[in-house]
Amino acid sequence: MHDNTPAIRAEGLRKRYGERFALDGLDLHVPAGTVHGLLGPNGAGKTTLVRILTTLLRFDAGRAEVAGQDVARRPDLVRYRIGLVGQHAAVDEVLSGRQNLAMFGRLYHLPGAVADRRADELLDRFGLADSGDRPVGRYSGGMRRRLDLAAGLILAPEVLFLDEPTTGLDPRGRNEMWAAVRDLAGAGTTVLLTTQYLDEADQLADRISVVDAGRIVADGTPDELKSRLGGDRIDIVLHRLADLPEAAELLGRIADGPVNRDDDDRRISAPVRDRIGALGALVRGLDERDIAAEDIALRRPTLDEVFLHLTGGTGGEARAGGRGGPAGPTGDLADEENREVAR
Amino acid sequence: MTTTTTMTFPSPPRHAAQRLRWVLADSWTITRRDLAHWVRQPVQVVLGLLFPIMVVLMFGYLFGGGMAVPGGGGYREFLMPGMYAMTMLFGIEATYAAVATDAARGITDRFRAMPMAGSAVVVGRSVADLLHAALGLAVMVGCGLAVGWRWHGGVGAALAAFGLLLLLRFAVLWVGIYLGLLLRNPEALVALQVLVWPVLFLSNALVAPDTMPGWLGVVAELNPLSATVSATRELFENPGWGESSRLDRYAVPLALGWPILLTAIFLPLSVRLYRRLDR
Repeated sequence: MHDNTPAIRAEGLRKRYGERFALDGLDLHVPAGTVHGLLGPNGAGKTTLVRILTTLLRFDAGRAEVAGQDVARRPDLVRYRIGLVGQHAAVDEVLSGRQNLAMFGRLYHLPGAVADRRADELLDRFGLADSGDRPVGRYSGGMRRRLDLAAGLILAPEVLFLDEPTTGLDPRGRNEMWAAVRDLAGAGTTVLLTTQYLDEADQLADRISVVDAGRIVADGTPDELKSRLGGDRIDIVLHRLADLPEAAELLGRIADGPVNRDDDDRRISAPVRDRIGALGALVRGLDERDIAAEDIALRRPTLDEVFLHLTGGTGGEARAGGRGGPAGPTGDLADEENREVAR
Repeated sequence: MTTTTTMTFPSPPRHAAQRLRWVLADSWTITRRDLAHWVRQPVQVVLGLLFPIMVVLMFGYLFGGGMAVPGGGGYREFLMPGMYAMTMLFGIEATYAAVATDAARGITDRFRAMPMAGSAVVVGRSVADLLHAALGLAVMVGCGLAVGWRWHGGVGAALAAFGLLLLLRFAVLWVGIYLGLLLRNPEALVALQVLVWPVLFLSNALVAPDTMPGWLGVVAELNPLSATVSATRELFENPGWGESSRLDRYAVPLALGWPILLTAIFLPLSVRLYRRLDR
């Protein structure tokens, strides 16, 4: 591991398609040995960024380094140090899993015998040894993705790019993929992971960057991002729908932000800073008004809420105050970064 | 986790000789991939080889009875060079399918993100497709001999004819690569499978352009396929329509010129398209 060189460093990256900027001055620093999640809606620029960093796409302005190598000037050096697992399982469907890995190994210029041995090792490691001689066309979706991942790991790359690795997988396939990524991270591989699934980023990533319209709009650990929404939230599920307006009005006076109403679930929800004080006031208020609650819960915001908040979805007017500080651009969590590097 | 192979970390080639060696090694890896496909899908390979034989039987025996070749000679003697050229033309389907599938499935991207030689993807593909074409041609010659086709010229002339056929296949290869990179859609193969037929019918492979309405005959004579068919008929000394066709006199130069022209157009276009994948 290179302790001081970040595994990925991108500065002011721009990529233009006609009038539209797919990346609009994007900065990203990923310390070696960490799992970094890139979160954002479709079209935010996640895949464009991955394609640039993996030498597949040229960029118009800015600088990019991967594993200490300049992406624009020495793509050949970068290609020996990265693994890419894209949105498709990019493997040959006719060949067997073993043939696929052996072929890719040779194309990495491993001697034939070494490539064959490496193929066997990787099949073993990803639980594909028994199906290694079957054509990939007969693999399940999860097996195919694991083979795809194995193909990305032939040279034991310093940096692994995973572009929406679990899209289209069933829950079992997804869990298998997650376990594999955790294993890799545990062994010290730097992983850049793009995903649309917030729980995926929450589960796997040490840090998360939220991408929207070609920029990083927020950056931090999952917990920090959640704090930015203004601390904890109170959820109340009411017994009667008719009580909803009155309860919402009560919660509105106690809460430190706008109240979300969900009539279908008879649920109201709002951010609170003083959790215990707010909870007490709420319970007393509901009592006085004779409103019956089915459930009252204090919880951390979900990443979905953070995501919608940051990318201008519903509830976007709630300014992030509270403990996380203003939702600024990248870099306002510098001390956090130092901690990661020192680890 | 199991023990890991200690790998001497490969590094980029330092000089031209090493670079060339890697181009060759990578190309061979890609060619082997295609050969492995044949082994994995023998039924498909056999069906692919049987299909042109079916066309020979259909035209040779079903329709051929009603065909009279001017200047004498059997229709099947006339037909076979056309069938050889057809086999080369229809090879575009295999090339297109392979290139479009790789592009659509992300395999092309995987190759591009690897330190392999970029040209190897194409060189390997060409070698595999030409090997396939040679096999297809051998099967068709066997079929031709079985239905009474013979070459009457020398061995050298016959080899030159086979060379011209493979040259046509080489040109078609580049059209296939270009379309595959352009469309990146394996499903468009169905359209290609339909469109190759008019190219075959609008040539002198099955009937003389003379027998077609005027303008259609001109189109058929200008068809690159016709040039190769005329030239191979000449070299095999099989019956043709001889003097009646204006371009027949230049058949061999045209059979060289057309494929070279097609390659000169579609090879740079394909390379450009491949390079522009990073835009």
